[in-house]
Amino acid sequence: MIAKKTLATLTPGDSAIVGELKTTGCMRRRFLDIGLVESTPVKCIGRSPGGDPSAYLIRGAVIAIREEDSREILLA
Amino acid sequence: MGLTTSAVGANAIDSGLEIRKASPADKVVALAGNPNVGKSTVFNALTGMNQHTGNWPGKTVANAQGCFSSGKRGYVLVDIPGTYSLMAHSAEEEIARNFLCFADPDVTVVVCDATCLERNLNLVLQTLEISSNVVVCVNLMDEAKRKHISIDIDALSRRLGVPVVGATARNKRTLDALVRALDEAADGTKPMMPFVTRYPAEIECAVSALLPSVERLAGGRLNSRWLSLRLLDRDESLIREIARYFGPDFMEDDELLGALDAAQAELERHGITSDRLNDLIVSSLVSAAQEISAESVTFHDAKYNERDRRVDRVLTSKWGGYPIMLALLLLVFWLTIVGANYPSSLLADGLFWVQDKLSELFALLSAPTWLHDVFVLGVYRTLAWVVSVMLPPMAIFFPLFTLLEDVGYLPRIAYNLDKPFRRCNACGKQALTMCMGFGCNAAGIVGCRIIDSPRERLLAVLTNNFVPCNGRFPTLIAVIGMFFAGAASWGVASSLVSALALTAVIVLGIAMTFCSTKLLSKTLLKGVPSSFTLELPPYRKPQVGKVIVRSLLDRTLFVLGRAAAVAAPAGLGLWLAANITVGDASILAHCAGFLDPFARLLGLDGIILIAFILGLPANEIVIPIIIMGYMAQGSLLELDSTLQMRELFVANGWTAITAINVMLFSLMHWPCSTTLLTIKKETGSWKWTAVAFALPTAFGLAACFIVATAARLLS
Repeated sequence: MIAKKTLATLTPGDSAIVGELKTTGCMRRRFLDIGLVESTPVKCIGRSPGGDPSAYLIRGAVIAIREEDSREILLA
Repeated sequence: MGLTTSAVGANAIDSGLEIRKASPADKVVALAGNPNVGKSTVFNALTGMNQHTGNWPGKTVANAQGCFSSGKRGYVLVDIPGTYSLMAHSAEEEIARNFLCFADPDVTVVVCDATCLERNLNLVLQTLEISSNVVVCVNLMDEAKRKHISIDIDALSRRLGVPVVGATARNKRTLDALVRALDEAADGTKPMMPFVTRYPAEIECAVSALLPSVERLAGGRLNSRWLSLRLLDRDESLIREIARYFGPDFMEDDELLGALDAAQAELERHGITSDRLNDLIVSSLVSAAQEISAESVTFHDAKYNERDRRVDRVLTSKWGGYPIMLALLLLVFWLTIVGANYPSSLLADGLFWVQDKLSELFALLSAPTWLHDVFVLGVYRTLAWVVSVMLPPMAIFFPLFTLLEDVGYLPRIAYNLDKPFRRCNACGKQALTMCMGFGCNAAGIVGCRIIDSPRERLLAVLTNNFVPCNGRFPTLIAVIGMFFAGAASWGVASSLVSALALTAVIVLGIAMTFCSTKLLSKTLLKGVPSSFTLELPPYRKPQVGKVIVRSLLDRTLFVLGRAAAVAAPAGLGLWLAANITVGDASILAHCAGFLDPFARLLGLDGIILIAFILGLPANEIVIPIIIMGYMAQGSLLELDSTLQMRELFVANGWTAITAINVMLFSLMHWPCSTTLLTIKKETGSWKWTAVAFALPTAFGLAACFIVATAARLLS
């Protein structure tokens, strides 16, 4: 099976469409709150100086997400 | 650094649901909205109050309230914490939801960010589910215009079925439309037809099954459709609150429980488990918001955010992120030190001239010498010192820092520092509370509510004291000015050296924050870092004039007032202690003598240690106490310059090592009493308050002991 692409695989400048969210519980709710649901367009716009977290453009807002969390967001 | 009279110290508590109306006819208006959309700006503009504003999410952590009149009627405006949703996953969201649900405001205003309307509409739709008397205020219209985003307010209003007004809250006049809309909404003459978000058929079916029982029990106190949805969604925190406000019977009603079980079973039969249900509810809201936004918002320039991105690419870049942070810190300190020098000596000259006049006045009235000494040499001189040394640096530092905050730089600091904080098993948002600590540690500790995970919040609370608050800055600046500024003949270089020294002290404080955080997360507060999301808001043009006026009036004068209020009686008490003799020495000398051997071990002396102990109510008075302590022991002189102060200190045995240790101990010792009380309030535990007391103290004692011992061994 080919590993599915996740939000974490985007490099700054890349855009994609969100597929399934694999996170559960609190973090899933956070993602849903900021409008990160299936078929949402996202764009990776940068990384912090330490390389993590990264910033993503989601529904007009810039949100920083840590790599371990963005790995749980599959791309469509 | 939310530092206003209402956000500092004993008042820095959650005002909860208690509404204080000026007149019983006043209408209660709740101000809701996403974080960082300018709710506090709307609040201030309407009420004329000075709730602290800043460009970062999570600034308002407790309900603030204020009154205003539209000319037609009076209102109590309640600024509730900014939230993305009302499904209550965090403390702030719970406060916000509880207010909307149980305080039953007459009108709810949802403030939206015009540049990010789609995401904001999600909260509007959720609010419409709870309350029908809603006014939507689309704020930051100026920013939207600048980014070539146009918003069809009328279309939005038609679609949402409630009044919608556009505004630029920083320009007060633009709020007239909001006030008119409020008057109409409060009259209740215009019937509202709020938009109803529709959910998939299975969910609608389950809601209908639940409605009769919920309607019977809630009896109009809460929107039944919304309540049914929350019950289906197993919203534990809401269920707890319902028991609290409506009595335990509500959730023990057999008919309701039966209907709920049946409805949930039916949903599961359709493959809708509780997780799936939550997803479907949120997705329905999000797509409704998307649809409404698509109909009313036009982006004329696809690259509307390009400038922000370019700035971000520099400020958060791999090569520049950390150096720029340090450089900005250095710049702020340098401007503070350079700028404060001249007014400081001017103020000192003036205030000591007044002292001379006061002395003459006492002589003229042939008042007893002791009276003159108590009031002029005790109370007045301590006050004069506090004012002349503290006022200028604060009057420069606060506005500068507030500008950084207003532009939107603080969230970038949190973004840059998340990785190091995570290494300490903590959260990048701790960087924000750390920044608030620069203003006032008590405010920083209240600010820790923005951190979701209880463990990480506690870490932030316990380590907040490692950044020096404004009460300690003057001490640091004064000691640096006396011992590490280099020769005055160096000119600009001298102030640069001071700024570098101060930056080094602050960086040490930040390093100690990391160390102690790591230490705690390996011992008392074991755990792994939880997840986090952080919004990086758009950069905004700072309101320079307003920032300067507000930070001067709110922060500087308030802090100064507090310092003076403590300094005056302390000056009195201290003068008494220094001048009442028991046996062969004064009370002060006895105490200092008693502490002296221990203090020497730390490279300090008895007087310095006493000053820190007596400084518990306010760190501002540490240096004045030291001065009084020394002066009472003989050499009386006029202290109108740093140079003379240095002479006094050196005459009392200060060396560079003493100065270093005083700075170390000032950076790391027990929090002031206000901060301790705030910690007790926030953690609800004396145990954690004791830890917060002991942790920095232990670090400070150890650091001073090491430096003093090393110095002794080397000399």
